[in-house]
Amino acid sequence: MKALKCRECAREYPLEATHVCEFDFGPLEVAYDYDRIKKSLTKTAIESRPKTMWRYRELLPIAGEPTVGPLVGFTPLVKADRLAKALGIRELYVKNDAVNYPTLSFKDRVVSVALIRAKELGFETVACASTGNLANSVAANAASAGLKSYVFIPSDLEQGKILNSLIYGANVICIKGHYDEVNRLCAEIAGKFGWAFVNVNMRPYYAEGSKSMAYEIAEQLGWRLPQHTIVPMASGSLLTKIHKGYQEFMKLGLVANSETHIHGAQATGCSPISVAQKAGLDFFKPVKPDTIAKSLAIGTPADGFYALKVMRETSAAADDVTDDEIRDAIKLLAETEGIFAETAGGVTVGVAKKLIASGKIPRDSSAVICVTGNGLKTLDAVQGHCGKPREIKPSLREFEALLAHEEKVNA
Amino acid sequence: MPKKVRIPTPLRKLTNNEELIEINAATIGEALVELQTRFPGIQERLVDEKGEVRRFVNVYVNEEDIRFLKNRETPLKDGDEISIIPAIAGG
Repeated sequence: MKALKCRECAREYPLEATHVCEFDFGPLEVAYDYDRIKKSLTKTAIESRPKTMWRYRELLPIAGEPTVGPLVGFTPLVKADRLAKALGIRELYVKNDAVNYPTLSFKDRVVSVALIRAKELGFETVACASTGNLANSVAANAASAGLKSYVFIPSDLEQGKILNSLIYGANVICIKGHYDEVNRLCAEIAGKFGWAFVNVNMRPYYAEGSKSMAYEIAEQLGWRLPQHTIVPMASGSLLTKIHKGYQEFMKLGLVANSETHIHGAQATGCSPISVAQKAGLDFFKPVKPDTIAKSLAIGTPADGFYALKVMRETSAAADDVTDDEIRDAIKLLAETEGIFAETAGGVTVGVAKKLIASGKIPRDSSAVICVTGNGLKTLDAVQGHCGKPREIKPSLREFEALLAHEEKVNA
Repeated sequence: MPKKVRIPTPLRKLTNNEELIEINAATIGEALVELQTRFPGIQERLVDEKGEVRRFVNVYVNEEDIRFLKNRETPLKDGDEISIIPAIAGG
């Protein structure tokens, strides 16, 4: 880490808990000394390290050892042949962060970085504004690090996600409003209390954690980049960081320079970025979200401009899917690959299906679908949409009768 | 009763660390001009060369984003509270 740098005007700031440029409100980003990193971060060095995201630690913004979330990352990259066949594409993989450690979403990557940095800067209380997964991860990682935590969430979240924060002893504050309102309130709270808000004043460090997903994809593919990556978009941050991760690996010579397209996926009920992309605009119009994909329900996406820029620069596309298409895609992924994703995963698989069908992702190419969260946390969304168990008495005769009946119905 | 503007942390250096500023303007556009008159330099931080509110600045009147209202033309009435908030990351 060298400094924090404004993405708009390139003014530099010290490596503190601050997130916006005082001159134009542009977001601050961590700047690195790549010449120095190139000397120590070789393929051999990386391969000799434990299988966690810290094997790329030179490219992550922490000063000392990874004291929070030492086991996070290096989730499976699943070769998804059955899903590939169903979608009609040659080579397909699922990057499965539904089994990330410890809270089953990609947020463990960003939170571990943010909390390590919070400890390094001397904070004792950590907080976040969240659509659910981030709150779970802050609550769990703060508990194991011995930090006090406050998590702020919209009050209409899935029960599973609320319980998944409460269990760790976090202070869970439900806000009567949607995420953008939670966000606004948290920006005001962050200015008033001396806490480390992972996605407010710690954002420059926090957001960098997402890059590890890109590094792992490249390494797990055998040190190469996929031709296409499909990424869910809420604020748009993950998409921009996957792009940055790929760019850094090319810059460091860890993968060959190659053309790679990074596509964005949203839910139709909250699609400010995909609507702008499809209309060829470089700005978006905020919306009021209405979708079952609550983890993606951000109507005023902070990184929307940059996500649009990345898609433009990598000649990529965006699209969005309806609630029914999301449920169908969750089922398709589960039935073909045995992976139960949350609603955001349904969005990503559903959009991948659309982009392949329309030819925006050619059938003769390689693609990676990023699944960022676990279906067990959003059971409400598929309840009543995936069939019912059949009930019988413990009798062989009843079972045989049931099978005979079903064979007749299906014949 | 005047209107109040809540100043975000990154701009408080310009307002002598004052968090809540009372103003008399009748629209958001006028409010920006009034703030500039009293705290020189503040306007250029909030609007770009074309006079548009910068893309990483969100302005709210009583908790509603001005982009859902009338942007710079959004009218202000007595007692309204205006918040200026930097865009923040997802969660």
